[in-house]
Amino acid sequence: MSKSSDGGIDLTRPKIIGAPVQRLEDPRLLTGHGKFTDDVKLRGTLHVALRRSDHAHARIGTIDTAEAEEMPGVVGVFTAELLDALTRPVFATSKMKDYHATPVRALAGGKVRFAGEPVVAVVAQSRYLAEDALAGIEIDYTPLEPVVDPEEAAADNAVKLHDHLPGNVLVARRFGVGDVEQAMGDAPIKVGGRFRFHRKTPTALEARSYLADYDQGTRALTLYASTQVPGIVRDALVEVLDMPGSKLRVIAGDVGGGFGGKASLNPEEILVCALSRHLGRPVKWTADRVEDLISTSQSFDEIVDAELAVDQDGTFLALKADILGDVGAFSIYPWTAALEPMQVAGFLPGPYRVPNFSANVRAVATNKAPMGPYRGVGRPISAFVLERLVDMAAKKLAMDPKEIRLRNFVKEEEFPHRTGSGIVWDRSGFTECLERAADAINYPALRKRQAEARADGRWLGIGIASYAELTGIGSRLSAAPGMPINTGTESATISVDSSGAVTAHFGIASHGQGLETTLAQIVAEEMGVRLEDVEIVQGDTSAVAHSTGTYASRSAVIAGGAGTLTARTLRGKIIEAASHLLDVDMADIDFADSLISARGTNKTMSLRELARAVYSQMGSLPGDIRAKVDLQASEFYDPHFGTTTSATHLAAVEIDPETYEVSIEKFVVVEDCGRVINPMIVDGQVHGGVAQGIGAALFEEVVHDVTGQNISATLVDYVIPSAAEVPSMEVHHLDVEAPSTLGGYRGMGEGGTIGAPAAIANALNDALSHLGVEIMELPMTPERLFQVISAAQDGEAESS
Amino acid sequence: MADKCRVRITVNGVAYDQEVEPRLLLADFLREDLDLTGTHVGCEHGVCGACTVLLNGDSVRSCLCLTVQADGAEITTVEGLGTVDNLNSLQQKFREHHALQCGFCTPGMLMTATDLLSKNENMSDEELREGLSGNLCRCTGYEHIVNAVRAAMNE
Ligand code: FES
Ligand code: FES
Repeated sequence: MSKSSDGGIDLTRPKIIGAPVQRLEDPRLLTGHGKFTDDVKLRGTLHVALRRSDHAHARIGTIDTAEAEEMPGVVGVFTAELLDALTRPVFATSKMKDYHATPVRALAGGKVRFAGEPVVAVVAQSRYLAEDALAGIEIDYTPLEPVVDPEEAAADNAVKLHDHLPGNVLVARRFGVGDVEQAMGDAPIKVGGRFRFHRKTPTALEARSYLADYDQGTRALTLYASTQVPGIVRDALVEVLDMPGSKLRVIAGDVGGGFGGKASLNPEEILVCALSRHLGRPVKWTADRVEDLISTSQSFDEIVDAELAVDQDGTFLALKADILGDVGAFSIYPWTAALEPMQVAGFLPGPYRVPNFSANVRAVATNKAPMGPYRGVGRPISAFVLERLVDMAAKKLAMDPKEIRLRNFVKEEEFPHRTGSGIVWDRSGFTECLERAADAINYPALRKRQAEARADGRWLGIGIASYAELTGIGSRLSAAPGMPINTGTESATISVDSSGAVTAHFGIASHGQGLETTLAQIVAEEMGVRLEDVEIVQGDTSAVAHSTGTYASRSAVIAGGAGTLTARTLRGKIIEAASHLLDVDMADIDFADSLISARGTNKTMSLRELARAVYSQMGSLPGDIRAKVDLQASEFYDPHFGTTTSATHLAAVEIDPETYEVSIEKFVVVEDCGRVINPMIVDGQVHGGVAQGIGAALFEEVVHDVTGQNISATLVDYVIPSAAEVPSMEVHHLDVEAPSTLGGYRGMGEGGTIGAPAAIANALNDALSHLGVEIMELPMTPERLFQVISAAQDGEAESS
Repeated sequence: MADKCRVRITVNGVAYDQEVEPRLLLADFLREDLDLTGTHVGCEHGVCGACTVLLNGDSVRSCLCLTVQADGAEITTVEGLGTVDNLNSLQQKFREHHALQCGFCTPGMLMTATDLLSKNENMSDEELREGLSGNLCRCTGYEHIVNAVRAAMNE
């Protein structure tokens, strides 16, 4: 990276960008002094408990709240009748044609559409008392036929969830390139089948929590929210509550993880705001874990019928897929129902040359919690399907899985490469990642060890998964297809105040990524100040005029770019002011480690002295200069498109032939994520993503029974991996070629979750290949393994 | 509402003598009555470990414990370890090894690790992972947490 050309930075100085600096947010979090939403205490706060629907699909008759209203400590009991009068419904709109939006409302009215949907809110002096009063509510439901199976839901004669819509299919689309049918017909080798990725839930350890504080004096409302997207929530509330943005502020303080589960507008956010304004008191709601598991947006629920055609030498000829996404009861705001299933199709061609491609995508509503983003969005499914197909083809050709991938990767000279789904890859180390991962795990030796283990009757398998994703997406593309919200730009404002302190304001919202640290690293280095002198303000809609938040691996790239530009502008102003104050040429000013000095002299100046001269000592600068060197700057950054991040995951697993328990012996990740700002944080992101991918592959599944009840609503039933199940991992970073993003950064927050399920699925398949088993479904719990192995053995017994 | 009960509890060295409802969870007593919000509640059903505190030196889940059960006990919460300006050695290791991301599981992890380290001298990685397996972290993938606790153990 060349920096000297534009920033005038001394290249001999130790770098802050790229260093494993300790995180600035850690001391407060390590000592119990973080401020998560539920930690915020306001005088006179009232607490909400929700009576949620216990039917998946039913008409709401009379609601009798009389008894609840009389219970101790109860201030009020509210239903949709009042909430609909206090708010306006909001719709996730889309430019996509034939898309059907559904309303987001605070409480269900008329009908309930999933078990767990909020119907009645009790407001009381304490949460204990509010929960007590839930028992005093009588709701008269007329049950309707639950729509649970996505294929049945998509049928023409299916029971409808939304009476005003033509059916349950909320969006359908077909796209591709070339002539797939022709290519398939002519191809010598075809592999394929039905793949099933079962429903997950992001499960941040902090459940969702909201506290609304309406100030009657100023008519202003502040929402403290555990959200990834304070800007999106603020802008939606402006419409919902019909208030100007200047009177509405959303603050996401410390947020206990998100992973997409806190990246949408939720009914409870609307509810506490409307009730606080109505009652003139602060109103808080914090989900308990069961509520979180049944009502937070869920994810990754797809059925994919896919087929890959290859030539005798392993060259990919055609790929086609039919994708059915079960998007639950509503089209999530603002991402829409299109987000997840469309992304599955969009990324299906992967890092390979696929000359003929077609995908048919449908998003279908069912009586389940709405589907929203979860780390990786769609791509864990695309990688699972494609990488399984690639291994199936390799097996048919008796070719090594590594070899067939190398043969089909987009090659160095072929970048930029447009995939069959229209995504453009800029240069990324597809080949390099796989080669390096194979080296790191010593692939040939591992294969040898596998052969020996197999001879001993052990079930050892090796799985490869390579993928590519688009990160840091600019304004020319939408983070969700057709969504009318701009997610591609960021602005930053940095000021030196009258005491000489540096404060940088951003529109993003960190929820564990350590962005206070990484953005401070960028600002410190680009400006020339010490890391500890930079204060980062983020997660607060009052910080910048327009913001959305943190999602889609965008923050380091886009906010980092805005921070870079702003820091450079402000540095220029500081140098100009200093040259007047120290009476030397601008070219002779050094500014590093927060100290200004005139080269070749012993004249120095601290930022505090400079600020005093600029702000307070009138006459220290000529008037025209003073106007020019105001010590603040604001710049805007738009990467326009985005950049490719790619990786290979390599897993070695062993299955216990008695218990079907899976142990992951080795897990290697090699990724090309561009220039690393803080290697420690990047490693942490990969580890966390892989752990979630392992959960998706082996344990996690939201299960609904035939009546639509969620029967996995505790952490005993929805199993997320603990330290005992997650292996030690080896992570390597490549920086193959600087992308066009400012600073050379690529996004990398989600990748771990994209590659791991596919790598593990392939490893399981490899471990069982001698039994004729194909892994077509995730998660592969011991019970499912037992079923697929028994089925294969039965099949064999019958045919022999 | 049942009659309130009197409890005498020492938390982080400070003695409290208070009237509480018999059903009040220890986690809520710490967070709501004493305003010690460092103890987090991640599940309220005893699985995640975020609410772990030390009760007479042993780690317990404060979401599964009633305040009245802690009558007469000495409790240590995360606020009783080091301070922002003076982290204790385990907290310091967590910082050096980047063993926390969102920090929500961290107080519980620290209390469990404190208990583990006070009772075991030399744990293998497997034992360490087993010992930490009652505390869920959704962010870190555990690698850095294990590294931090191992480093504290070897100090
Ligand atoms: S909150 Fe106590 S174990 Fe989860
Ligand atoms: S750091 Fe977020 S849950 Fe552990």
